[in-house]
Amino acid sequence: MPLTEPTQSGVALPAEAVADAARSGAQTAPAPGVPAAPRLHSELFYFAFRNWKFVLGSAVVLACVAIAIVGPWLTDHPPLAFDGPTDQPPSSEYWFGTTSYGQDVYSQFVHGLRAAFLVGGLGGGIAWVLGVGVGFTAGYRGGWIDDVLNMLTNVVLVIPTLAILIIVAAYLQVQSYTTEAVIIGLTSWPWAARAVRSQTFSLKTREFVEVARLSGRSTRQVIATELAPNMSSYLLMTFILLFGGAILIGASLDFLGLGPSESISLGLMMNNAFLASALLLGSWWWFLPPGLGIVAIVGGLYVMNVGLDEVFNPKLREL
Amino acid sequence: MTRYLARKVVIYLLTFFVAVTIDWAIPRFMPGDPIEGLLSRMKAQPGATEELTGYYSHAFGFDVPLWQQYLNFWAALLHGDLGRSIANFPTPVSELIMGALPYTLALLIPAILLSFWAGNKTGALAARRKVLDNTVLPASYVLTATPQMWLGIVLAWLFASTWAIFPVSGAYGLDVQPQWSLEFALSFLHHWILPFSALFLVAFGGWAIGMRNMIIYELESDYSNYLTALGAPSKLVRKYAYRNALLPQITGLALALGAVVAGAIVVEIVFSYPGLGTLTLSAIQNRDYFLIQGIFLFLITGVLIANFVIDLVYVVIDPRTRVGMQGGS
Amino acid sequence: MSLRVDDLTVYYRSLRGDVKAVDGATFAIRDGEIMGLAGESGCGKSSLGKSLIRMDARMKHMRGRVELDGQELPIADDAKMNAFRFRRVSIVPQYSMSALTPTRKVGTVARELLESRGEGFDEVRPELRRRLELVGLSADVLDRYPIELSGGMKQRTVMVLSTLLDPSLLIADEITSALDVSSQRAVGELLVEFRDRGFVKSMIVITHDLAILYQIADTILVMYAGKLAEKAPAETIVGAPRHPYTRLLISSLPEVGVRFDETRLAGIPGKPPSLLSPPTGCRFRDRCPLAFAKCEEEPPFIELEPGHEVACWKAAA
Repeated sequence: MPLTEPTQSGVALPAEAVADAARSGAQTAPAPGVPAAPRLHSELFYFAFRNWKFVLGSAVVLACVAIAIVGPWLTDHPPLAFDGPTDQPPSSEYWFGTTSYGQDVYSQFVHGLRAAFLVGGLGGGIAWVLGVGVGFTAGYRGGWIDDVLNMLTNVVLVIPTLAILIIVAAYLQVQSYTTEAVIIGLTSWPWAARAVRSQTFSLKTREFVEVARLSGRSTRQVIATELAPNMSSYLLMTFILLFGGAILIGASLDFLGLGPSESISLGLMMNNAFLASALLLGSWWWFLPPGLGIVAIVGGLYVMNVGLDEVFNPKLREL
Repeated sequence: MTRYLARKVVIYLLTFFVAVTIDWAIPRFMPGDPIEGLLSRMKAQPGATEELTGYYSHAFGFDVPLWQQYLNFWAALLHGDLGRSIANFPTPVSELIMGALPYTLALLIPAILLSFWAGNKTGALAARRKVLDNTVLPASYVLTATPQMWLGIVLAWLFASTWAIFPVSGAYGLDVQPQWSLEFALSFLHHWILPFSALFLVAFGGWAIGMRNMIIYELESDYSNYLTALGAPSKLVRKYAYRNALLPQITGLALALGAVVAGAIVVEIVFSYPGLGTLTLSAIQNRDYFLIQGIFLFLITGVLIANFVIDLVYVVIDPRTRVGMQGGS
Repeated sequence: MSLRVDDLTVYYRSLRGDVKAVDGATFAIRDGEIMGLAGESGCGKSSLGKSLIRMDARMKHMRGRVELDGQELPIADDAKMNAFRFRRVSIVPQYSMSALTPTRKVGTVARELLESRGEGFDEVRPELRRRLELVGLSADVLDRYPIELSGGMKQRTVMVLSTLLDPSLLIADEITSALDVSSQRAVGELLVEFRDRGFVKSMIVITHDLAILYQIADTILVMYAGKLAEKAPAETIVGAPRHPYTRLLISSLPEVGVRFDETRLAGIPGKPPSLLSPPTGCRFRDRCPLAFAKCEEEPPFIELEPGHEVACWKAAA
């Protein structure tokens, strides 16, 4: 079944995590008479690069990465310096115009992109490690360990993430994006744990795992050689979704003024713009780019993810 | 079935307990003294500091041992007393929340229900018509990746600021009073459309994509293949597939509630809509700890209740939860 | 003649080319005949069975003709085939355990299915109940959800449902593969009973299990690598097979009462050829102990004795 995550929108894609029927595994039965296995990787690459969704999504994300890296080098205006004319529309001097405080919007934008990738990557990464760790352990070990971890997951899952983040951030006065990323990572792992757990369950009972165990392989070997390769696609897609989700949550936090105030992010740009009535002034160059940036990165990630799902889940492919 | 529900209830109670404890614990274990911070922001007279500190210590209950504070907190909570707002002292927090709640619900409930219904229907349609699939789907990806507050800003900018079709802020016009009248209702609706749309559109995208994928999956299932092999029309097969695909979507709804509420908060802020979102923002800006705590608790309780309702609905519509494995002979 | 199949050739589309799953199948089944279709995994038996009722998206009908009760079956045309499905040709699938949608009661599925096919449910219901009781299920199975039924109950329910309109041809695709031995026997007996009572005119029972075919089938058709190897009455296939593959298959079956220190269990060394680019000539050539020069030319599937067809140069000699 397709993998998805509940995001700010509701559900970006179906909540695999909660569906009782677990995914049947990455590959369906091949056509009869066709030799299986050895061609697996090349077949995946073939499909991956032929899948326009994957290609398009990756292209967009990579473009944003490139801009995030190179962008700041192209300007000599620090993002927070009030040294420009105020409320200027885009010009050759200021490509994205200036804010009501005379700051360079382009500079803020590209630095904000960097912050977004940091929050997404670190926050998503932490959530991934936690989610996969908890989910896999619960699914593989079963028994009381599963019950305990399940309780933990359910408790953290039901608490609205933003509510926790508001409380923590309000009191902690987050001063760096690393801290923000850590907080996000620590609170957004439950759905991933659920998804990984159900996937582990379904794989664990498959014959090839039994065979491996019966032939005397240690638990670690079984995990490494039998389970991990079959779950790798799933794990990759989970990471991508967590990455995107972290960026969105971070943007909300920053928009609420709960993120670091000493630096700049896309969410903070929107916060500043909004509070300075950029909306009423019509300074579209100030509030449009940050949102578009997020849409590009997160949208690109989601599209990439769907493309990957089609590659790994032949049922979804259009032949 | 009762076992299933009982387990859920236990989890929810446990969650509530944990949430309340976190809520209580955080301010007390964070660095810095909340009263000191409060007083410095108040710019109190130096001479009055000591007395004010004593007053607030007592008001906040800091002058008793920690364990007693905790119990007092629970006692107050069970009486529905969420404390008093610091910034709006002495207004009770519960009063402020109740004042803001109807507006938030007016946004949330239609947004959740309508986006769920419309999104799922559209997703199912998209799964069978190539044309729809190629337009609805990319649009849905973009929508679901859109931060709600940004969409709110863009909608406000376009439809309120630039083309003055809708108002840019507030829940109702300055010339009307909240009352049961047509005039108020119209004004309310007029102000409601844009914030509602911001929430609706983003959520819609998510459901559409989700249902589209689920339908494709269900159409490949054994029961679909069996019916088709026996010549059943695709309409019947699709009907069954939709029904089965709805199940994970409904569970997804429960999961997504927290996120939807978060979206409502930020959208309200964009439109200065007098709901819990705006209340939260001012609470944060004023470092109004009790108000923040109260809203937090309220949100959590609301989400837990909603989750429970959804669980009940799920039990009704999925026979597998109602019936244990009663094997036959 | 109930079913005539003439040079039926069905390929699967795959990334790497066409998989020649069924190649030039020609055989006939009489009214009232239960034909077993046997062979190892991947030999094309399931594909052959499926192609007679519903080709899935990957299957391509290359050539060949199928006639049921004197009327041509438009197997290549999905829309036209619909008129025949359920009424004239029906299937009990391999996945009977999950063939009923979990969120509807069994009776509701039956009703909606029948009505969508233009059959009044109220007229059919008494017969449905009668048949359910015949297979040992109480009629209130109809008020249950699939989750409430055991695997065996679901299997039997699907058997009843699939044959409710008395089809001329029933395809039973590996329906005993997932069952234990006593359940296999019960299901096998049910199949025979359905035929005896006239619920079904003729049957193709697809399985790799020759033992059960010996019990219930009148004739057995053995396939290998997409081609027909041998067709004969069940007794003959098991007692006096002429095709080397069949002979090796029979001798590789464990026998009840035989202990391993007395007799070695012989297998067939090697594995079947790839169906993407099958070898020319007899496809069993590489593994056949009797292969000789002529086998480079494909042997025709011809009748050596009345009712016994074999595709082998050695057998024909």
